[in-house]
Amino acid sequence: MHLIVFILFAVLCLAGAVNLLLQTHPINSALSLIVVMTSLAVLYLLLGAEFLAAAQVIVYSGAIMVLFTFVVMLLNAGREERTLGSKAAKRIGFPAVVVILAVLTTLLLHVEGLGAAGPNTPISTTEDLSTVLFTNLLLPFEVTSVLILIAILGAVALARKGHGDQPPADNSTQEGTVAK
Amino acid sequence: MNFLLQSQVPLSWFLVLSAALFVLGVVGFLIKRNLITVFMSIELMLNAVNLSFVTFATQWHAVKGQIFVFFVMMVAAAEAAVGLAIIIAVFRARATLAVDRIDLMKL
Repeated sequence: MHLIVFILFAVLCLAGAVNLLLQTHPINSALSLIVVMTSLAVLYLLLGAEFLAAAQVIVYSGAIMVLFTFVVMLLNAGREERTLGSKAAKRIGFPAVVVILAVLTTLLLHVEGLGAAGPNTPISTTEDLSTVLFTNLLLPFEVTSVLILIAILGAVALARKGHGDQPPADNSTQEGTVAK
Repeated sequence: MNFLLQSQVPLSWFLVLSAALFVLGVVGFLIKRNLITVFMSIELMLNAVNLSFVTFATQWHAVKGQIFVFFVMMVAAAEAAVGLAIIIAVFRARATLAVDRIDLMKL
């Protein structure tokens, strides 16, 4: 049963990731990324990480992807024009990527002593996580809240129409690529 | 078919899936020409690494790996907020999202 669920959602995950690459419209890519993240949440459940599965759905598929979708709609982002990328990406990048995947896969499949996830995988509950988080790791947790606060302030400061930034002078030379 | 009915999933398969997702993220980062989609590829890579963390947390029965994923999620949320704000600022200044046209610093 676990194996069937794993194969199902692993395939869904990979299909979503490939679809992200193939789609030309950013909103389609965003939706496939949501598929990837939600299937990852199911895989976390298989691994016995119930809190992370919930957090994955809420934080990633919920908050972050909604933010992405908002920005795609706000900027009225059109189809991307396909250019073939730089020559370096083509000649070195893709072979390197294939080699990395091949090496990682062969190495990982030959690692000795890795266990298996099954029905008797111990589930680490939210209680286990919070016990460690709020005792040993309390300071990093609090620092994270400061980080989030700074990120909010930074996002607002960056995104609002400041009186400081002048409109660029060479605006007329740019071709508008906004899809209307 | 008997093979399919066994209920154990080798943890190495999770790691292979994580590697494949990471590589797909790298490819997306290389070939996509839209700023937002490039950013999405970075999120995909972060997710792939998170899967590795959770897998190893299961392997060693250690809860700290999962807590690390929790922190990665928080940092990813902050990064997404700031990054998208930067994208909005870039769009306002240059009126385009194509990375080939945002090349003011290029010689």
